[in-house]
Amino acid sequence: MTVTISRVGKVFASRQGEPLIVLDDLSLTIEKSELVCILGPSGCGKTTLLRMIAGLDHTTSGVIDVDGVAVTGPDPRIAMIFQEYSLYPWRTVRANVEFGLQMRGIPPEERREIVDRNIRLVGLEDFAMSYPYELSGGMRQRVAVARALATDPAVLLMDEPFGALDAQTRNRMQKELLRIWEKTKKTIIFITHSVDEAVFLADRIVVLSPRPGRVDVIYDVNILRPRDRTSVEFAKLRRDVLELIDRLEERQ
Amino acid sequence: MRWYLKLLPILFILLIWQIASVLINNAFILPQPLSVAAVLSNPTADILGSGSIFDNAILSIWRVILGFGLAVLCAVPFGIIIGRYRLIEELVNPVIQLFRPIPPLAWVPLALAWFKIGLASIVFIIFIGSFFPVLINTIDGVRRVNRTWIETAAIYGAKGWKLLAYVILPASAPIIWTGLRVGFGVAWMCVVAAEMLPGTTSGIGYLIMYSYNWGQVQVIVAGMIVIGVIGIGVDVVFRAVEKRKFQWQEMNR
Ligand SMILES: Nc1ncnc2c1ncn2[C@@H]1O[C@H](COP(=O)(O)OP(=O)(O)OP(=O)(O)O)[C@@H](O)[C@H]1O
Ligand SMILES: [Mg+2]
Repeated sequence: MTVTISRVGKVFASRQGEPLIVLDDLSLTIEKSELVCILGPSGCGKTTLLRMIAGLDHTTSGVIDVDGVAVTGPDPRIAMIFQEYSLYPWRTVRANVEFGLQMRGIPPEERREIVDRNIRLVGLEDFAMSYPYELSGGMRQRVAVARALATDPAVLLMDEPFGALDAQTRNRMQKELLRIWEKTKKTIIFITHSVDEAVFLADRIVVLSPRPGRVDVIYDVNILRPRDRTSVEFAKLRRDVLELIDRLEERQ
Repeated sequence: MRWYLKLLPILFILLIWQIASVLINNAFILPQPLSVAAVLSNPTADILGSGSIFDNAILSIWRVILGFGLAVLCAVPFGIIIGRYRLIEELVNPVIQLFRPIPPLAWVPLALAWFKIGLASIVFIIFIGSFFPVLINTIDGVRRVNRTWIETAAIYGAKGWKLLAYVILPASAPIIWTGLRVGFGVAWMCVVAAEMLPGTTSGIGYLIMYSYNWGQVQVIVAGMIVIGVIGIGVDVVFRAVEKRKFQWQEMNR
């Protein structure tokens, strides 16, 4: 599905005087089945933007719509994976993956098959009956991905999902995400701090400016997948984006 | 630690007790351990026409179940509502803070005035005693539910009772459970104290008071031991459930 963000602004009332303008007049269209990475300095409003797409926060101005229908609250077409740890620790991996289906009132027999399929998709068959505290960080994020995919949303929002992982696990998770994305053809909006990650994953990289956040530059990434991090074109794009971000941070 | 090592301090106390009782040599002040053991070894024997230790203990437990059960039935739902809604919390918090420090036994005269001597006033005092620990812990537990858990639930469309049953209750259950454990402890103390009030005619607290009037100090001590053992027993059950059911909480960093 197409996500259209038109002239969205977000202002937080702060206790000490001045209202905080986080996003200002931001417009962006994300096409169906596109994988877009959003980069930007810390505090520029990336999480805020994602939360508004997910319907967890309201826009102060402007509209966000999905396939022409405005988002006014949590929406079954959209799932979000949070920056921080969000699994339910009292539920097993299975029960966590099942959660969304249960909330949507899908009957248990139907759930079982969907849950099995999604646990297999993220490669956690052997841990289905484990509790989150028995899993590594990477495995936990895979459970969160499976939980989101189980409800079959058209749009998947991911807020620095791999930010807390070590470099190796992170690379493996990126490959897995690409595999899942190619298989399911979800629209994915992926926030990251890592330029490398963005260049590896994205169809397009959107760079936001420092607060008040708006779209500064959009890069089309035309490198064929699977992408080779050591290739010249990969390195060049990575350098370009890094330079831009350095300039933005100086401006801040 | 090996379990039998934990028995050492108890054996030590028994020893001191034995020596002291021989030295004092007055069963009205300190009876010998063996005379207490004799009472304990025959818990179903009638004591001076006031029923057996066993029957009276069962009666006390029954009263606690009534008073504590009522307190839980009121305090948990009430605590959930207060914990969920900031406005209500700000509204009722001063009242809670005002009532909380009043010791349950300070309610005795009012309880007698309202319900007369008997089951109702005993249950009322137990209710008052256990209501606040359960309430405070429920409020605290519900308020401390991770925001991300609630927002994740919102993402998947959970609202109303589903949010309550599948996220808020399980997430706050460990803290609520601690409240139940503390509340039961208070309830158990309250029942014994309430049964010592003049006019009561049954219960383990009554049995102790009654034995005092007849100079049966070994029964007093036996009764105290029974009170302690039941208290520990229930606490052990609470902790065992806590360990089995809420293991995730400690493991969850
Ligand atoms: N509920 C809120 N109330 C007030 N201010 C808020 C609120 N949420 C976010 N902010 C402010 O909005 C700004 C943007 O926050 P946001 O979390 O969107 O940044 P971010 O781009 O995701 O940063 P990071 O890269 O560090 O995660 C910050 O200055 C933050 O303090
Ligand atoms: Mg963020």
